[in-house]
Amino acid sequence: MKIIAVCGVGIGTSAILKVNAERALDRLGLSADVDASDLAGIAAAAADAQVILTSSELADAVRAAVGRSFAEIVEVSNYFDVEEISTKLETSLG
Amino acid sequence: MTLPPLPDEAIVLGAHVDDWRGAVREAGRALVRSGSTRSEYADRMIAVIEEFGAYVVIAPGLALAHARPGPDVRAEGLAVVTLAEPVPFGHPHNDPVRVVVGLAVSNAEEHVASVARLANAFNDSGIVGRIAKAETADELRAMLGFDREAEA
Repeated sequence: MKIIAVCGVGIGTSAILKVNAERALDRLGLSADVDASDLAGIAAAAADAQVILTSSELADAVRAAVGRSFAEIVEVSNYFDVEEISTKLETSLG
Repeated sequence: MTLPPLPDEAIVLGAHVDDWRGAVREAGRALVRSGSTRSEYADRMIAVIEEFGAYVVIAPGLALAHARPGPDVRAEGLAVVTLAEPVPFGHPHNDPVRVVVGLAVSNAEEHVASVARLANAFNDSGIVGRIAKAETADELRAMLGFDREAEA
């Protein structure tokens, strides 16, 4: 399973999201590769991904960039809230 | 896996700013003072928000201002600015912002470890409120888990 954390420039915020998504997966007892990407590279990065994690602010841009893809887009409000990320990932993967 | 140093020059407590651009500029000036970036980096951090929106407000009250690596980044660096009066960045859930963390990295791959440590500090849900009220640079460094000896 592959998850992409995406932000505008592919550093900083997507890295934090990646780290906390990995914590959320641990908590859920799931294993997946989590990669960080910028918006420009998201279509390629998400080609074989199941889930894209991003901010609600970027969700529309992500949707437009990936076009028709099987990856589900999950919007995270608080990047430091592992509980929020766990709940949303569980819903999305379950 | 260490955070870039957070010297006194990179910390601004109780800054008075008019709007989010002013808040990001404070972080930009702090990164210049600490030797991490040149002044153009602040313009690039503002441009990221103008282009992509307020997604940099990654938690309630906290903005992580940053831009891509570039020639205006001299060394990986971190700055922390607390605001005397919170300002809105335009985020639907996490406004207003009380703490701005400025991040400059020279290489997109190498920064993940240091950001992971930053994530550790901020995973404590009460920390943004406490940082916003920090009265000294030492107090703020302690909250973020900076080891003073490691900076020397």
